[in-house]
Amino acid sequence: MTKGTNLTASLFRAEGIGKTYPGVRANDDVSFQVAEGEIHALLGENGAGKSTLVKMIYGLVRPDEGQMSLNGRPHAPADPRAARAAGVAMVFQHFSLFDALSVAENIALGMENPPPRRALAARIARVSQEYGLPLNPARRVAMLSAGERQRVEIIRCLLQDPRLLIMDEPTSVLTPQEAELLFATLRKLADQGTAILYISHKLEEIRAHCDRATILRHGRVVDSCDPRAHSARELAAMMVGGQMRLVDRTGRQAGEVLLELRDLSLPAPDAEGTALKSVSLTLRAGEILGIGGVAGNGQEELLAALSGELRSPPGTIALEGRDLGGTGPQGRRAAGLLAAPEDRLGHAAVPDFSLAENTLLTAGSRKGLVRGGLIDHRAARAYAEQVIHAFDVRTPGPGTAARALSGGNLQKFVIGREVLQAPRVLVVNQPTWGVDAGAASAVRQSLLDLARSGAGVVVISQDLDELLELSDRFCALNEGRLSEPRPTEGLSLDEIGLMLGGAHGMEVAHI
Amino acid sequence: MMIDPVALFLLLLSASTPILFAALGELVVERAGVLNLGVEGMMILGALAGFAAAYHSGNPFLGFAAAALAGALVALPFAALTQFLLANQVASGLALTLFGLGLAAMFGKPLEGVKAPGMAPGPFRINWIVWLGLAMVPLIWWFLNRSRSGLILRAVGENHDAAHALGYKVRAIRLGAIAFGGAMAGIGGAYISIATVLQWTEGMTAGAGWIALAIVVFSSWSAPGVLAGAWLFGGVTVLQLRLQAAGVRVPVQFLSMAPYLATILVLVLISARQKYSRRAGSAAPGSLGQNFHALR
Repeated sequence: MTKGTNLTASLFRAEGIGKTYPGVRANDDVSFQVAEGEIHALLGENGAGKSTLVKMIYGLVRPDEGQMSLNGRPHAPADPRAARAAGVAMVFQHFSLFDALSVAENIALGMENPPPRRALAARIARVSQEYGLPLNPARRVAMLSAGERQRVEIIRCLLQDPRLLIMDEPTSVLTPQEAELLFATLRKLADQGTAILYISHKLEEIRAHCDRATILRHGRVVDSCDPRAHSARELAAMMVGGQMRLVDRTGRQAGEVLLELRDLSLPAPDAEGTALKSVSLTLRAGEILGIGGVAGNGQEELLAALSGELRSPPGTIALEGRDLGGTGPQGRRAAGLLAAPEDRLGHAAVPDFSLAENTLLTAGSRKGLVRGGLIDHRAARAYAEQVIHAFDVRTPGPGTAARALSGGNLQKFVIGREVLQAPRVLVVNQPTWGVDAGAASAVRQSLLDLARSGAGVVVISQDLDELLELSDRFCALNEGRLSEPRPTEGLSLDEIGLMLGGAHGMEVAHI
Repeated sequence: MMIDPVALFLLLLSASTPILFAALGELVVERAGVLNLGVEGMMILGALAGFAAAYHSGNPFLGFAAAALAGALVALPFAALTQFLLANQVASGLALTLFGLGLAAMFGKPLEGVKAPGMAPGPFRINWIVWLGLAMVPLIWWFLNRSRSGLILRAVGENHDAAHALGYKVRAIRLGAIAFGGAMAGIGGAYISIATVLQWTEGMTAGAGWIALAIVVFSSWSAPGVLAGAWLFGGVTVLQLRLQAAGVRVPVQFLSMAPYLATILVLVLISARQKYSRRAGSAAPGSLGQNFHALR
């Protein structure tokens, strides 16, 4: 099924590629090659330079030094059109689709000389049949699911008969079934001789589906291997350089009760939301409570009720015996109840604000960054520096806009901003979503360290392995109802699956 | 009180033409993702430049050509500010309006009191420019919805980052759209000075540029919708003039207010409909009013 990579000629070759951005060396002397019909993984942590590298191949960014060749000819595309003409196609990490336009219009925009509408619709239908990717050309993209959107991008690429197809973290938004379909498509393409450059940090996925892997660290190629011949742990070690740290759970004792929810019921905040139904929980000092559940079962609402974005009736929420039901987020922060929501850009951080300005959003009063109604910019910068340093956030400095950080780096910043405020209770939702293995273990360790220092931590997550790794007790959210907590020790995945599904037999998202 | 419907319709066509041109131009600009609040300023400069060219050459059509050129030229500083220097679009647009009004008032002084050359009417005794405006409606609809260039322009307005990622020249496309919008606003302004009033007076566009901006929203960013909005405004304008002439016992001020009130009312109704309708989101282009900056 896979072709011998040594026998086939190399289709794409990069030699000594380098690129510097202000304050960051994104790529340094990067050399690798991709053979015809090969699924080639680019592995690396957030900020290792994978995205910059593929952007150069696709003509979006120009390398400062080095050469590339495609099909034996020099490859130096001035813009994406030139790259497409040379046979390079790319599926982006964040979809490059136009919501208000139809599927056919979106596809036409990605082609050099699209045929007239009807002929194009027929071609879309034919290609989507051929690869088993059903799509209706007349539908508006805004109405499509994440998997369907990706299909649009893939078909857009396939219609150009690419020689090299680049996929930037394509499965991060897909359900497991959609991901399987994607891999079947990729394998079919590879068997036809298309080379595929596949970016991901899901190691199991790469081990199962890729023929070769090039590993990047801090912008440099550190290794190249056959991912099938290594374990996920070995691959992770190559990525982060050195052994993966095992999280250290020791040295914690459950103390007095810090947070108590009594029979909390709240109506759904909007049409798509979930109502919370008589949620009760207690959290002790030094304890980590894990809350699992399939997305959309009330996770965001529970976080909002705890953070104070949603107020609740008196007597339902108490922190160290003090009633906080009617208190807003500022008051709760002052009392020591802090929260880090799931949505990093737009909820946890203002995209266009600098990191220093973003510290003011939650740390303003606890860290004394505001004095007499005026912002103490020096203190804000210093606190941002402190977070950047303590949590290894890869960024030029506290003046950088939040949107300029990669997802994992911003997540480290957002969690770090709360942890360093020494909260009594910290509530986090999806703390390591989209974060690479090295950064994820750092974030998890910081939560454990926080608990060891005597704080209580509530971790809401859809990553069961994460919850089992962190939490002392586990409970499940199901349609706005919270199950009885159970000690994590000795809990099997099957039992958890039953807790998550409740009586409804819902499928468990096991990441 | 007798009002001849045919005569009323002809007047309506004429009264709606300036707004129709300006709003069609702004429609294209906004579909490309740019909010240019300088329509009023571009209209008044078009009115002045067109009137001056028509007066000195004796040829009204030359006047319209000059108005289009003037509108496009004065839109260019706005384009440079917002597209290359990333200035705020709202502030720059307002500045363009104030600049246009001031500049026109200054250079218009010598032209006060002179009369424009007469225009030969076109088919059915309707002005050629009115015909041109009506023809622009299906043309722009076709351009936006059926042509490749129109698709690219909409893509740039919908999501400039994605358009850039596909290799389209966001700034160049927006520059072209802004210049086109300026030319259309200029022609609309010149219709007031050359074809309707036949002379130059300071501030003669009287807020037509603002109405045009409102009508683009009213239209949900579609060319036929712009025509409907322009006719609604033109219709109420003509009707209130007729009512004034017929001596209806309503204070003149209230009648003069009517077209503006009607515009506000319709805008309120539209936003209410959007708020309560099942379909999420408005028809506004996704990147409207946002500046684009690419990292190379």
